Amino acid sequence: MATHPALQDWQDKVLKKMLDKAPEMRPEFTTLSGLPAERVALPTVIDDAYVAKVGFPGQYPYTRGVQPTMYRGRLWTMRQYAGFSTAEESNKRYRYLLDQGTTGLSVAFDLPTQIGYDSDDAIARGEVGKVGVAIDSLADMEVLFNNIPLDKVSTSMTINAPAAVLLAMYVAVGEKQGVPSQKLEGTIQNDILKEYIARGTYIFPPRPSMRLITDIFAWCSQNTPSFNTISISGYHIREAGSTAVQEVAFTLADACAYVDAAIAAGLDVDVFAPRLAFFFNGSSDLLEEVAKFRAARRMWAKIMKERFKAKKPQSQMLRFHTQTAGYTLTAQQIDNNIVRVAMQSLAAVLGGTQSLHTNSKDEALALPTEDSVRTALRTQQIIAYESGIINSVDPLAGSYYVEGLTDTIEREALALMSRIDELGGVIPAIEAGFIQRQIEDAAYTYQSAIETNDRIIVGVNKFQAKESITPPVFRVDASVGANQAAKLKSLREKRDNVKVDAALAALATAAKGTANLMPPILDAVRLYATLGEICNVLRKEFGTYSDLKSR
Amino acid sequence: MTTRPFRVLIGKPGLDGHDRGAKFVSRALRDAGFEVVYTGIRRTPEEIAAAAVQEDVDAVGLSLLSGAHNELFPAVIAALEKAGGGDIPVFGGGVIPAEDIPGLKRAGIRSVFTPGTPVKDIIASVTALCQAQAAKV
Repeated sequence: MATHPALQDWQDKVLKKMLDKAPEMRPEFTTLSGLPAERVALPTVIDDAYVAKVGFPGQYPYTRGVQPTMYRGRLWTMRQYAGFSTAEESNKRYRYLLDQGTTGLSVAFDLPTQIGYDSDDAIARGEVGKVGVAIDSLADMEVLFNNIPLDKVSTSMTINAPAAVLLAMYVAVGEKQGVPSQKLEGTIQNDILKEYIARGTYIFPPRPSMRLITDIFAWCSQNTPSFNTISISGYHIREAGSTAVQEVAFTLADACAYVDAAIAAGLDVDVFAPRLAFFFNGSSDLLEEVAKFRAARRMWAKIMKERFKAKKPQSQMLRFHTQTAGYTLTAQQIDNNIVRVAMQSLAAVLGGTQSLHTNSKDEALALPTEDSVRTALRTQQIIAYESGIINSVDPLAGSYYVEGLTDTIEREALALMSRIDELGGVIPAIEAGFIQRQIEDAAYTYQSAIETNDRIIVGVNKFQAKESITPPVFRVDASVGANQAAKLKSLREKRDNVKVDAALAALATAAKGTANLMPPILDAVRLYATLGEICNVLRKEFGTYSDLKSR
Repeated sequence: MTTRPFRVLIGKPGLDGHDRGAKFVSRALRDAGFEVVYTGIRRTPEEIAAAAVQEDVDAVGLSLLSGAHNELFPAVIAALEKAGGGDIPVFGGGVIPAEDIPGLKRAGIRSVFTPGTPVKDIIASVTALCQAQAAKV
């Protein structure tokens, strides 16, 4: 084998360091038939172009992955997004998932919680507990994590506009369990820009929203060093209809906006950047998706190094969670969805994901049943333990097709990011409706191809079958809204309202000025001020956002 | 037969931001010759009813993916009646379990389109609703 000094350098500096620190899961890895499985398969001739573009795993530009041994060292985190109804019900589901071998929690909040309304607010009508768990105050959060030691699990929370409040509640639950904030591990989504673009759970206008985010970055760097302070999400952009190129471009453009904002707020890039995480969609075009993940990793490394002058390797690593593509699930012949999810999971693992959520087969009908969630988790476990693809790092590297697609996605996504820069950045591009229109057009093109049978969706526009059995559908108890309202009423009677009012007034004062908002939010949360009360204070100070403004 | 194009309001009641379907149906109806008013996301039943009456539409289409359809679709019907638009036909779509459809129809929702419905079927059904509505006036 031809040697290149870079290979020796990687072996000595990166690989050896990792193997000394964290040995691989077994002394040797073999294929099903007993052939040796190479840790990292390399080209027979390693030249400068290979080193610069593809390189070695765990080393800049990270095309082949962020760790030198990847899944031979540790499997990805199997993290199933779950939550519904009340904190009591969701707590039961989390404990079930932990019993079944899930390795991280991922909390789904209901829509009123995600938009900062209490369950008894008129606007929450019909929505309480529906797509996630209803959390109104610290009291609900205590129940949600009852008997789940926060120093033993990592928890991802899909919360954006009111992320500061839910993070404060999590920290306060930790305090009650005797777990210091320094030990908490997890992720808050906290990615408001993609809410304006694609997901819709915004509250405040962009500018104060960005302040809340940089306040969280600053506070967490001091208080929760092991918490990912943001999960910059292409997932929902893809779900809304974007192409793979648009998913990468808009996500990395959002990421640049957060880095710019944090630097403008006086933070050191190498302090906050290692805590930035990403979240992508795993869709059905397997090899395009693998190329997408590889391209995104390489692009981010270059952006961090060249544009933002980040020096720490951790600042240049794009670490990401993947969820399989909800939009590809069909309501027809739902068992077919298991196959789609398996294929999409393969893409995520072949693309080097750090954690994975697999969708359940019945999600085009309703929230998943416990049985279908188990099958979704088993899909990941089968890939991990039976498929053999964990034996070799980035096994598709060097495929002419995959490397070519990786280059193409990088080139086209960079071109699209330049157009956003020309518009003045992401926020002006959102305000002008540019990004939304791009996604809308792509969605229209995709759906039109299905309508004309130019694109085949098995079981929908070809290979249809008459289905006589209606699958069982998961139901959220209709009494959740009334129960939450009753709990709120009793909470407001029992707590010290004089102190709550003072804490809310202090928050309003802080919001008018420039002080970090995390400490007054944490004070209010500890006194059982509700999510809605806290967000209403901020609504009054910051105003609200509407999607009609960008039309 | 009427010579003016039919007018349809596509509304998103409730709090979910999944507007891919609503936007696609809006655009497909426009391509088919309809005038379409799209409300944007997170509208209350009252806001949707007021817009429908003000825009003098022939039909209202609702899209919801959060599971709140059993509460919010009937709430739009009630709000329409209150706003003086009780005769405007309402159809809906989204992630709606089959077993909920009879209840929604009893509540006055004329058609329910679930995932995978070909858009030409939606256009045909909405055309029929609008024709019947126009014939009444």
